[in-house]
Amino acid sequence: MEPFTRHTGVAAPLLKANIDTDAIIPSREMRRVSRHGLAEGLFANWRYADAGARRPDPTFLLNQSAYAGASILLGGANFGCGSSREHAVWALAEFGMRVVVAPSFGAIFQKNCIANGLLPAVVAEGEVNALARWVESDPARHRLTVDLVETTIHAGTGKTPFAIAEAHRFRLIEGLDPIRYTLERADEIAEFERERFAAHPWVRLPEGA
Amino acid sequence: MPRTLFDKLWDSHRIASDESGEDLLYVDRVCLHERTGGIALESLEARGLPVRQPGQAFCTMDHVVDTRPGRGDRTSIPGGEAFIARTRRGARAFGIRTFDIGDAEQGISHVVSAEQGIALPGLSLVCPDSHTCTLGALGALALGVGTTEAEHALATSTLWLARPASRAVVVDGVLDSGASAKDLALHLIAEHGADGAEGAAVEFRGSAVRALDVESRMTLCNMAVEFAAATALIAPDAKVFDYVMGRAHAPPELPLDDWRRLRSDDGARFERTIRIDAAAVDARVTWGTSPAQGAGVTGRVPAPRDGDAQRALDYAGLSPGDLLSEVPVDAAFIGSCTNARLSDLRRAAAVLRNRRVAPGVAAICVPASTPVKRAAEAEGLDRIFRDAGFEWRESGCSLCFYAGGEGFAPGQRVISTTNRNFEGRQGPGVRSHLASPAVVAASAIRGRISTPGML
Repeated sequence: MEPFTRHTGVAAPLLKANIDTDAIIPSREMRRVSRHGLAEGLFANWRYADAGARRPDPTFLLNQSAYAGASILLGGANFGCGSSREHAVWALAEFGMRVVVAPSFGAIFQKNCIANGLLPAVVAEGEVNALARWVESDPARHRLTVDLVETTIHAGTGKTPFAIAEAHRFRLIEGLDPIRYTLERADEIAEFERERFAAHPWVRLPEGA
Repeated sequence: MPRTLFDKLWDSHRIASDESGEDLLYVDRVCLHERTGGIALESLEARGLPVRQPGQAFCTMDHVVDTRPGRGDRTSIPGGEAFIARTRRGARAFGIRTFDIGDAEQGISHVVSAEQGIALPGLSLVCPDSHTCTLGALGALALGVGTTEAEHALATSTLWLARPASRAVVVDGVLDSGASAKDLALHLIAEHGADGAEGAAVEFRGSAVRALDVESRMTLCNMAVEFAAATALIAPDAKVFDYVMGRAHAPPELPLDDWRRLRSDDGARFERTIRIDAAAVDARVTWGTSPAQGAGVTGRVPAPRDGDAQRALDYAGLSPGDLLSEVPVDAAFIGSCTNARLSDLRRAAAVLRNRRVAPGVAAICVPASTPVKRAAEAEGLDRIFRDAGFEWRESGCSLCFYAGGEGFAPGQRVISTTNRNFEGRQGPGVRSHLASPAVVAASAIRGRISTPGML
């Protein structure tokens, strides 16, 4: 996974609350057994006037030239609620998003972001709105810089701190492979398991199906 | 120090903590389905990593399988057959028990997990599906995760997670006979918002919760994810122990001494407690595009409080002041991990008996599992559904979401026992109204949103 330290990019405000993962990628756009090939389906219900023909809806923000190449999304509260589909994060990342800024996130979506190097930055609603106003006044030039080392968003001369769990920050900065990281503790896991099975033999099911 | 039920479950699975604030939790069971699980299996294979405990892992075919009678692997969902075939192959390669199409025990993952004794009190279970919280109704630590986390759980039998806070939802009093666990869940979410739990683990408590049967408790816990809960829990009691007894993967002798300790200690501190008077809960229906946007069936569409609510009303084709019981429906769907267990089908059948669905209403019933379907047929419920004009289907997630195959037409209004009324959830432009099985059945008969009492 690509380590994340600092990113500068065009930000697109999509400030509706409770943007669910069905909206981020409808189930019908998950056509392949793969983490790839999903960017086209991103926000398909909003992005296309005719999703079948892939005819863009010009009123949707990410279709407007001012937001071309946007890599930071400003969202409303409870962003990414609903289905656990990691496809929502894969689609955002493949589209080019590196950061989502929102007052709060769906818990599973937030963990899926960390697993894929997408930064979920928590910023209070009033401050997300202020960032959005600044961005909207000149989207192409008013780029945001998101610094994960300092946990700060730079908007011109202004600075907005953001929140992220220390464990998540560490994982993003290091770009760790979580399975390898955990398997370093294989002995500890096996020991815990031995004790658990000894104390509660019913927990263990017979091998194989 | 007195502990909450959630903290007891957490502590009993905690292997280690790291300095950045996450705990490494032991995972007793991993459940997969073909929509999100197949990718995890293929990814492990590609990396040459084994499944650490294949005997503790299970797989179901539920999300993209066809539910029309006589089904096989063929599905109208684009790419659907590959999801089925590749998940099946991956599960077989790793020796994971699969509840496949045609299997007598096949069904929706969370329903199968309960029926087969895969989820039990005191166990931890993860599944790459947000409605895994359903199984907290049995006193299990049930966690919905993404595909990458499921892969991690398969490879390591663990999960890294920061401990969420414990919150309590206490429901005292007696639920009205016209109100169900679904109505209670919709009431709670409407009162406190779709992000009401703010990522905490929610324990449902109180006399009205204890009075619920086990299947209704699963409905209540199922909806907790629509409340932004990390998971849901109900302390297991004699009803749960009876439910679990004799299930295929349950121990022949239940560890009741251990299981009776699975309750919050007296004096345990909850970060927040929400109290609900059960008597205030009536038969409910949603009017918008969030489960929080709902009202009593006898009520009216409220004035929008903000731009999001106005947008929801525009999508739903409704206006403030509209009487919900006058809103016509084009279709009625009884199905999903929320509300398609045997007791749900019985409640719907009690409304449908000797009645006919209103002309022009497409009515479909999809039992939540093949055993539920079999049990329903054994007591003649399928006859009641069919005689009323309902289609009677094979088990699966079916029309709970639109995956590009079978679906409703844009602009159609569907009353549904499912869990999500999101924009486009059941198809582009489709308007979903969430309700209980009794309300969906009554609405199908009357052709307008209804309680059984309005028939």
